[in-house]
Amino acid sequence: MDLLTREFQTISYISGPILFLEKVRKVSMGEMVSVILSPGDEKRGQVLKITERHAIIQVLEGTSNIDTLRAKVRLGGEVAKIGVSVEMLGRILNGAGEPRDGYPPIIPEKRMEITGFPINPVSRDKPSDFIQTGISSIDGLNTLVRGQKLPIFSGAGLPANEIAAQIVRQASIRQAHDEKGGEGRQFAVVFGAMGITSREAFYFMKGFEETGVMDRTVLFINLADDPTIERLFTPRIALTAAEYLAFELDMDILVVLTDMANYCDALREIGSVREEIPGRRGYPGYMYTDLATIYERAGRIRGKRGSITLLPILTMPDDDITHPIPDLTGYITEGQIVLSRQLWKKDIYPPVDVLPSLSRLMNLGIGGGKTREDHRNLSDQLYSLYAKGRDVRKLSTIVGEEGLNELDKKYMNFVNEFEKRFIGQGEVNRTIEETLSIGWGLLKLMPKSTLTRIRKDFIERYYGTDISNQA
Amino acid sequence: MISVSQCLSGLIRFLSIMENIEGKICEISGPLVVAKGMRGAKMYATAMVGEAGLIGEIIRIEGDRTAMQVYEDTSGLYLGESVVSSGSPLTANLGPGLLSNIFDGIQRPLSEIRGEAGDFIKKGIHLKSLRRDVKWKFTPEVRVGEKVSEGDQLGTVRETPKIIHRIRVPIGISGVVEEIREGDFTIEDGVAVISGRTITMIDNWGVRRPRPYKKKLSPSIPFITGQRVFDFLFPIAEGGTAIVPGGFGTGKTIIEHSLAKFARADIIIYVGCGERGNEMTEVLTDFPNLIDPSTGFPLMSRTVLIINTSNMPVAAREASIFTGITIAEYYRDMGYHVAMMVDSTSRWAEALREISSRMEEMPGEEGYPPYLATRLGNFYERAGRVICLGKEERIGSITIISAISPPGGDLSEPVTQASLRVTGALWSLDTDLAYRRHFPAISWTRSFSLYITPLKDWFSTHVAHDINEMRERLFGLLQRVEELNEIIQLVGLDALQDTDRITFEVGNIIIEGFLRQNVFHEVDAFNSLEKQYWMLCCIFKYHEESFKALKRGIFLEKILDNPYKTRLLRMIDFRNEDMEGEAKILMGEIEKIWTS
Repeated sequence: MDLLTREFQTISYISGPILFLEKVRKVSMGEMVSVILSPGDEKRGQVLKITERHAIIQVLEGTSNIDTLRAKVRLGGEVAKIGVSVEMLGRILNGAGEPRDGYPPIIPEKRMEITGFPINPVSRDKPSDFIQTGISSIDGLNTLVRGQKLPIFSGAGLPANEIAAQIVRQASIRQAHDEKGGEGRQFAVVFGAMGITSREAFYFMKGFEETGVMDRTVLFINLADDPTIERLFTPRIALTAAEYLAFELDMDILVVLTDMANYCDALREIGSVREEIPGRRGYPGYMYTDLATIYERAGRIRGKRGSITLLPILTMPDDDITHPIPDLTGYITEGQIVLSRQLWKKDIYPPVDVLPSLSRLMNLGIGGGKTREDHRNLSDQLYSLYAKGRDVRKLSTIVGEEGLNELDKKYMNFVNEFEKRFIGQGEVNRTIEETLSIGWGLLKLMPKSTLTRIRKDFIERYYGTDISNQA
Repeated sequence: MISVSQCLSGLIRFLSIMENIEGKICEISGPLVVAKGMRGAKMYATAMVGEAGLIGEIIRIEGDRTAMQVYEDTSGLYLGESVVSSGSPLTANLGPGLLSNIFDGIQRPLSEIRGEAGDFIKKGIHLKSLRRDVKWKFTPEVRVGEKVSEGDQLGTVRETPKIIHRIRVPIGISGVVEEIREGDFTIEDGVAVISGRTITMIDNWGVRRPRPYKKKLSPSIPFITGQRVFDFLFPIAEGGTAIVPGGFGTGKTIIEHSLAKFARADIIIYVGCGERGNEMTEVLTDFPNLIDPSTGFPLMSRTVLIINTSNMPVAAREASIFTGITIAEYYRDMGYHVAMMVDSTSRWAEALREISSRMEEMPGEEGYPPYLATRLGNFYERAGRVICLGKEERIGSITIISAISPPGGDLSEPVTQASLRVTGALWSLDTDLAYRRHFPAISWTRSFSLYITPLKDWFSTHVAHDINEMRERLFGLLQRVEELNEIIQLVGLDALQDTDRITFEVGNIIIEGFLRQNVFHEVDAFNSLEKQYWMLCCIFKYHEESFKALKRGIFLEKILDNPYKTRLLRMIDFRNEDMEGEAKILMGEIEKIWTS
């Protein structure tokens, strides 16, 4: 392989993270290169575009100190790859997959291309098993299913990280054959951080260590002051590790990627340096496709026991859900969990705004034999009462609470209790049975005639259930 | 005796085989590859790119430089690798074996790719679209000596238990049947000889060229979806086109899926264009197990799936809808009614935009190329109800329903606007309705259908003579409810007049019990037009009787407090065939609510 390696000293143009290399022969698309400043001082780069005159290279660690006279570029002869191994679990690595914890490098069992290959749609298996996160607003109303990709849409200052950490801590797979209230299977966690602060990184690392999650976790961390371009690699490296663990070692993997907004900003930066025609808000037109090559790597494969469940976190700029980052994400992922500033201000944790939240695959993970037969109906009914109740609340700000009729007052009461008891559970870990019985407890606040979305026999069976164990 | 023309055509064919034009790669930018030294290469011809033999299509010729979009991932491709173009355009393989099959955007068979390459799609895989080793029983329908011309039926193959695949004389061929065979053949075996030309069961057709027909017919028959909000309020015609734009989470895909399941069509072509992999898995696992109620066979046996998910190569996504429509046209030409679902055209347009921007073309609105509207027009105009070629004068149709994913749910964006100009119905999805879990989340204020007028005659003769008036009445009532809603937002429900209170109540019954429909409910999933009609009869009856009661001086509270509201909401539980009887009983009871 070394015979093929060739060095060129023909850098002609440097701008931001990009450089142009002239008169280069036998260069391939997506090939990894090393920029050599002096012996021992190397930076890694990747070929983005090739023309007759030059190759355009993005440099991972930034272009500072590179000159056009002395710096050399060595072609690596292969596309970006990472060595993977089960030994990764328990390790903290940087955004490019190198140790960050002071321990020796990982001895790879296999080297895999980080861009991966699309899963053949024919090979995919339907996500199916219920994942109990212990959070009522997710388990009860927006159920996460094994193999799903479900992002958290957060806003600046909202506790997305806390919720993610709580999910990592509590998530377990409950399968049909599990005993009622059983522990279920646990996940191994692949954690990819792009451009987060060291405070946030500490929060996660400390949290994982204290709760004993660390042994089954690998972290890829790119901090806010680490090279921007490296962020384009981090989620792909994390997912490559996840694919290895899931599809070759049969593990159930939960991948947490935070913060996708930083990833998208890195993508925009590269786009603008390459003088591409920008799309909405300056983000490149191909951002949808690019994000899809990340998110679509979640899933299950027929005949394989492992799975990748993906939980990306992103910050909506100015809480705007129509901003290109949440918008394009929502078009690819199977639903979204949206956080609400209003609830957060009312001191409700986790502040999940259930109306815009959605889990598209919910039906695959709930119902008799999985959670409980009344789950779907109960969820629909809570949604419809809450939506109606929010309207009433809006109305009451105009006509005053006195101006409401009896039924409307009941709706008002329902909305407040729902937010307090169902959504605002705090750090408690609830089983799905607890969640459902709190839901039924709330339905009791409303007259039976308003329960139009629940089958009669369910009402008979559950309307009278004991709700003594509600929080 | 060999005629001069036969001699010439033979020579041309010989030359076209020789016409391999070769060049060298000189530029690579994502899915766009430029090669030098390919003078003579044809526009929109396919090319094999690099040693791996990636498939590409020539989209610009600039002197010595030939640009092509590559349908596979280009990473690992080297400068200087060779490019070979044979001159043939991107074609679809048409013949028995298409139904229940699953293809990617350029019609490669995904199941066989799995067998060859495993669970992940690798590059440079070349597999024939249709299996060459399967034998089909061919039953001839013509005799030796008969004169035939293009589109005439030569014989049939039973492709699925329900669908008879008609083998016809290929376009551009006519003459005398010199030989016709009977028995089991592969699609490459000759089954007939017409004036010296051997005819096989496979027809290759360039995907970008519409297949010809005798005559286009005007829309006059509705395309029955079984969903009340579409059939009753915004119906489309067989051969019509509708777009379904909506933000994420508003239920586009569920609408496309349920139409593919329940709509009255012979053949379904489902194009998953740049969308989620798991959604396609759902189709793949559900359709073989779901039974088509009108035939009793699995839904999969009337379905062709074209899948190019969002993470599969972007250029193949651009090709996918043309591959799909070409297959649709092929079945239309056999006299079938084909429904084509596209999910979604926005992803197709984005692929177009990406290629265009890589070619450094001058962008139009929001970076989309200025020819976006033209391309959309080319695509939608291939829908329609037609008299097919051939002496049998069969009538076939293609109905297109395509989802659109407008950024931020804002319909003023270019793809929605360009599509609106070339389609006949807008089924606009509403985020608020979706948040309330009201599905299908079709906005009854923003949607429209241009097919209502041409379909009026059909509805009044085939369903009920007053159905068109009922539709107008329904529109009027919904409009009024919308106005009342605004008033209520300001002053509260109690401030309404008594008659308006009743109208508002009835409006809500219509919204909850008629416009809302559960496609996962056994009985509710498909509603016959008759059931839809009788449901509305009952609701309107209730409305009238309430007004009468008010006039007689009965208090509003007493009128509003009755068990019939719930009964009207539960009408969805009645089976299609029981509805008329049940409705008549219910209406009789409603008449007596406030009189006894």
